[in-house]
Amino acid sequence: MRRKIPDKEIQACALFGVMDRSGRRFGGDIAITAIKNMKVRGNGLGGGFAVYGIYPEYKNYYALHIMFQNASREAKAEVEDFLQDNFDVVNAEEIPTNPEANVIDPPLFWRYFVAPQKKGEEKKLSDDDYVVKKVMYINTCIEDAFVFSSGKDMGVFKGVGFPEDIADFFMLDELYKGYIWTAHSRFPTNTPGWWGGAHPFCILDWTVVHNGEISSYGTNRRFLEMYGYYCTLFTDTEVIAYAVDLLMRRQRLPIEIVAEIFASPMWDQVDHMDEKKKNLCMALRMVYAPLLINGPFTIVVAHHGEMFGLTDRIRLRPITAGEKGDLLFVSSEEAAIRAVCEPDRVWTPHGGEPVIGRLNSREGELNEV
Amino acid sequence: MKFKTHLLPEFIVKRDEDRCTRCKVCVKQCPFGVHSYDEENDRIISREELCVGCQRCVVYCPENALIVEPYPGGYRPNEYWTGEYIRDIKKQSESGGVILTSTGAQRRLKIYWDHILLNASQVTNPSIDPLREPMELRTFLGRKPDALEIEYEGEDVKIKTELYPNLLIETPILFAGMSYGAISYNAFKSLAMAAKEFGTLFNTGEGGLPREMREEFKDCTIVQCASGRFGVDPEYLNSAAAIEIKIGQGAKPGIGGHLPGEKVSADISATRMIPEGTDALSPAPHHDIYSIEDLSMLIYALKEATNYEKPVCVKIAAVHNVAAIASGIVRAGADIVAIDGFRGGTGATPKIMREHVGIPVELALAAVDQRLREERIRHKCSIIVGGGIRCAADVAKAVALGADAVYIGTAALIALGCTMCQRCHTGKCAWGICTQDPKLSKRLNPKVGAQRLVNLLRGWSLELKDVLGGMGINAIESLRGNRDHLRGVGLEEWELEVLGIKGAGE
Repeated sequence: MRRKIPDKEIQACALFGVMDRSGRRFGGDIAITAIKNMKVRGNGLGGGFAVYGIYPEYKNYYALHIMFQNASREAKAEVEDFLQDNFDVVNAEEIPTNPEANVIDPPLFWRYFVAPQKKGEEKKLSDDDYVVKKVMYINTCIEDAFVFSSGKDMGVFKGVGFPEDIADFFMLDELYKGYIWTAHSRFPTNTPGWWGGAHPFCILDWTVVHNGEISSYGTNRRFLEMYGYYCTLFTDTEVIAYAVDLLMRRQRLPIEIVAEIFASPMWDQVDHMDEKKKNLCMALRMVYAPLLINGPFTIVVAHHGEMFGLTDRIRLRPITAGEKGDLLFVSSEEAAIRAVCEPDRVWTPHGGEPVIGRLNSREGELNEV
Repeated sequence: MKFKTHLLPEFIVKRDEDRCTRCKVCVKQCPFGVHSYDEENDRIISREELCVGCQRCVVYCPENALIVEPYPGGYRPNEYWTGEYIRDIKKQSESGGVILTSTGAQRRLKIYWDHILLNASQVTNPSIDPLREPMELRTFLGRKPDALEIEYEGEDVKIKTELYPNLLIETPILFAGMSYGAISYNAFKSLAMAAKEFGTLFNTGEGGLPREMREEFKDCTIVQCASGRFGVDPEYLNSAAAIEIKIGQGAKPGIGGHLPGEKVSADISATRMIPEGTDALSPAPHHDIYSIEDLSMLIYALKEATNYEKPVCVKIAAVHNVAAIASGIVRAGADIVAIDGFRGGTGATPKIMREHVGIPVELALAAVDQRLREERIRHKCSIIVGGGIRCAADVAKAVALGADAVYIGTAALIALGCTMCQRCHTGKCAWGICTQDPKLSKRLNPKVGAQRLVNLLRGWSLELKDVLGGMGINAIESLRGNRDHLRGVGLEEWELEVLGIKGAGE
């Protein structure tokens, strides 16, 4: 008998996110150039991108990006049988890749555009919950198959290599246009690079890129298990992705509240707040303390219509925000923003203070310092 | 029939005759009658067969003339028939009774705390300096909702979910139930004063709450409702922050209690609501709880009596099926489950119960926490563990295993002066703690006692902050149930499995 306690991965990283708040779709050039500018923050063992608005022709279908390790034909056959049984598959194709790209032993990538085909008891589930359940099944029960992304009109492209090599491999700058791009460059310290372990992490259309090591991982993971989330990818970023899914999608809490949960204000501050604010903070802390993300982190989370950046309550990891016209940037370093444009302004948010971009939110809604 | 006793003394009293000034402090201090003054020869004589090793005379000897140490003589060494077994047999062959003792189990058995090591940050995440950064120990105890529903009203955020009553304490350490009667008024008062000053809670035990303390300490009191129902009425229940139903006790799982009539003074009689001088007998079970649904009825009866304003805690001894029992307790409506481990203390217990019944609290805690999570009801209750918490490291390990807070009983009494002589059941406590003799209990000044307790809480809290900071964590909640920060040494595979931790180096 072996105890099943997953190993956690330890890493440092670079993050970058850019959103056009008017909804205009643009190419990969900005995100690729910016993340490349922070090369020393990664070590070539992982890079990836999440892009929103890339499949307008299939925007009513869930786009499943699936990786087959070791190009496993068995895994692919099993996944396809599973998809046929559980979904209407309206299109299936190999994700185009560049064989000349500087990556080693890439696995096989396919994408499937699907609509749920619910049966029996499962008819009670919402489409989203149904898709989550099926994705969890593939990730945990079908060997050598991993779902990289599962949202509509969006996709995740990631792998082992520097992010610019991954972008080159998936030909991101030529093939795709989106209105949000988030990017990640990875510096894992305790696991060999694994294509599934790269960022962004995705569930439905929610993606997370993360820099940091979560000291509260065990607490967060065990709390999420109570809500049916089982961490299978052995990285603490997964914990954040599930926490975002639980709080924002299932419990419908807005990011302003979620920020107070992930990076709750110190009791010293709470004690001096006005009564209303104090009661809210106390209640959030009482109920959601197991989802307080403790230890150094910066995250950039996106889903359709919204992107936000957040750093931990005592700001142990960097985050910089900037804007130019409709474009909003969040980045590990200011230099990366300046590498792609001359911004109208840049600023440094406080620990625990979210930088939020929403479609057409340019006037007034932005969190300023 | 009268015997010549075959028992050897347990302690030897060594007196430095050059230092001794015959001041007779030792004679006055010893309630067991060990020391007496021999006028004829102008010397102090010590009858060491009466000595319990409480060290009172040693500490109070102004000349440091005394050493009390374990009796060096003994039987032929034998790993199997140890001196303790031989002694106990001789005792019973002379008395024909149950061997009574007090405090917690002392037998050699693996101490899991000592096989668990804590983690610290290096490089990949920074440790945090508790002297420069806030470190938060504040703890909520009680039931939590599944989710918070909120609503915006313009700028205002409104919480739509109804919240259950929760206790807020400044450090995850509470004083365990110790009744007025078992301990002296002054010891009881010391605990209450310290809890109030530090922002934590003390527990009345099953002996009621003296009327004059109710107003002053109502926010820092957990009132107990045990099988004897001593002192329980609506006013008592409502003069507390929380109510605890005591089902069992780690030192004597499955049996009740017995406060002899000679200890039931006028004050105790008034507090317990029983006639003066009568034995206070707590039955083994609650005679209105013969099953889990009966427990549920009592829980809700207490909630009704207090307008659903106070969390209800159910305290059980750690026994073999503790995880399933705890799950039933939560489903029965308890807001807090208190688990008292094998090492838990008491003022009086048959030795056989203390030494042989129950399981270690570390394993019980790990099993309960895991079971409640698997059943997805962990947030519906808080877990308090007690029974042999000796230091802040034990607290940190308990929290990491899944406890919301710990109860300390023995440690608190040691802070008040207790030396673990295990003679509480004699009622002759030389330190004024476990006695109703006014001459003895006045040795403990509640103001001084409270200060010692506050110092202890402060010391442990500072140590907890050090441990948290080292792990790179600045809130105790992020350590709670975080078994990734624990590693086992010298443990078998099954033990690691139950504890849910990895072995060191894994």
